[in-house]
Amino acid sequence: MDFSILHYGFMQKAFLAGLLGGVSCAVAGVLVVTLRITAIGTCMAHAALAGALLGMLLGTDGLAMAFVFSLGVAGLIGPLSDRADFAPETVVGIVFSAMLGLAFLFIGLMPGPKSQAMNLFWGSILTVRALDLWVMGVVTIALLAGLGLFFKEVRAVLCHRSVALATGVPATAIYYAMLFATGATVTAALRSIGGLLIFSLIINPAAAAYQLSYDLKRIFILAGVFGVFSCWGGLLASYYFDIPSGAVIVILSTALFVVCTLFSPKKKGLTRRQKFSLSFSQGAQMVAPITPEKPHVR
Amino acid sequence: MTTDPLGKETMAESGIQLEGEVIRLDNVSAAYGRHVAMRGINLSLNFGDFLGVIGPNGAGKTTMLTVLNGLGRVVGGTVTALGQRVDARSAGQLRKSIGYVAQQQDIDPLLPISVRESILSGCYGIVGLVRKVPQSFRDRAEELMGLVGLEPLADRPLGHLSGGERQRVAIARALLQQPRILLLDEPTASLDWQAQREILGLVQELHLRFSLTSLIVTHDLNTLPEVCNRIACMKNGQLLWEGPSEQAVDEARLSGLYGTDIHIAEINGRRHICY
Repeated sequence: MDFSILHYGFMQKAFLAGLLGGVSCAVAGVLVVTLRITAIGTCMAHAALAGALLGMLLGTDGLAMAFVFSLGVAGLIGPLSDRADFAPETVVGIVFSAMLGLAFLFIGLMPGPKSQAMNLFWGSILTVRALDLWVMGVVTIALLAGLGLFFKEVRAVLCHRSVALATGVPATAIYYAMLFATGATVTAALRSIGGLLIFSLIINPAAAAYQLSYDLKRIFILAGVFGVFSCWGGLLASYYFDIPSGAVIVILSTALFVVCTLFSPKKKGLTRRQKFSLSFSQGAQMVAPITPEKPHVR
Repeated sequence: MTTDPLGKETMAESGIQLEGEVIRLDNVSAAYGRHVAMRGINLSLNFGDFLGVIGPNGAGKTTMLTVLNGLGRVVGGTVTALGQRVDARSAGQLRKSIGYVAQQQDIDPLLPISVRESILSGCYGIVGLVRKVPQSFRDRAEELMGLVGLEPLADRPLGHLSGGERQRVAIARALLQQPRILLLDEPTASLDWQAQREILGLVQELHLRFSLTSLIVTHDLNTLPEVCNRIACMKNGQLLWEGPSEQAVDEARLSGLYGTDIHIAEINGRRHICY
């Protein structure tokens, strides 16, 4: 096998970014997919994008401001969506549109060429910096450590939050921590994966893994593997066929979801043999229809 | 009311108080936003009491249960459970001693949690953050699954169960907490007649066996007097009547409560409510 691709420093960094981004986005994805709050992932991606653009407008790196925006949105959405007088999807919709509006406003206010700003939309995994890798590494390790330490509470909140709360688990704190973790993951991977493409890397590997198992631990592992496979596949395709890596990452993760759904054991019905044995088994009995004792009077 | 002597003996040996007031509501009102769900409720329950709460929809029955475990929003009065005032500070700790079986909700059939895992989550509050679930809780979960008839379904995904089976899971999960108080919110709603009978029989048996103080919200008026020793009638957020269950089965009282003609027929020495 030809490993010459790994001789280039930028490709080594890109593969490392794919590993960290693939794992962290997929793990955060399992949280939002199981909680059925996938729109929150998009919302946070756009918040991080708006923050990064504001940072660039102010002449800074943008990463710090991206964290401020996405974590701020995480802190806003959780309590607001828990209020009885707001529907969660309404809160997410309003925050999402506000962040998109801010992002375009900041682009409009930027003087000169806007290519650097547009890179944040599409991402540039091939030009990832050492600082980005460090941030992604810290966030991924923190995410995995938190998941390992609080796995039983995370499972209880993911599967029945109100029940967890009633049994004395600090369910609200765990839920908000999961939102913050999602916000941090999205922000850390923003520059390499891109504000628009990161959404698919959060949802698709997690949704694909969700089709294959009822075991939450296995779903986390499968989602991580699918996330890394999509990222590395995208990089290889980009290198060998000279096509955009971000687009291939999205297409690969989508294809994985389609394949997993088609072959999902959760969606399988009875086999032909099982149907046949049901029809002709000795246990199968015809139930006599209930007939009225007297004919209907017309 | 009858008590299980074995249960009482076990409780007495463990030093747990077997007499006295366990729950007290003093002029309690609760609201959601501007909607007042419960107003000026006074109630006192002693150890071993089993209170049935009845009333039309929107009467404040569920709210009465949730103010006891701190999930409801109290806007006036004082709630005391197990000798402790229920407020934002104490609620988290108190919930570990109060089992709660909530109303049945739709569950995603793909949800990645098995029956065993769901029941085990009942002890997570007691075990505490970061710590692993001790073997003693795992053993108890297996015992409870046997007790409520879920042993063959232990590894089945929670979303694949029928309504009655899910209620059994909720009851076993609440009991794994080793609660002193058990709150049940319409545990027989949307179940067929046989499942309703089975669940109520199971609840009564467990109430006696584990020497609990229990509250149940239900619309099953015919079975309730057999299961509970006291009944509370609620309407429009107010407690209209509360007393011994044998006195609750009264045509005028029930007709006034539900706003419809209710008749009581006596068949083979047993009173049946017809509506």
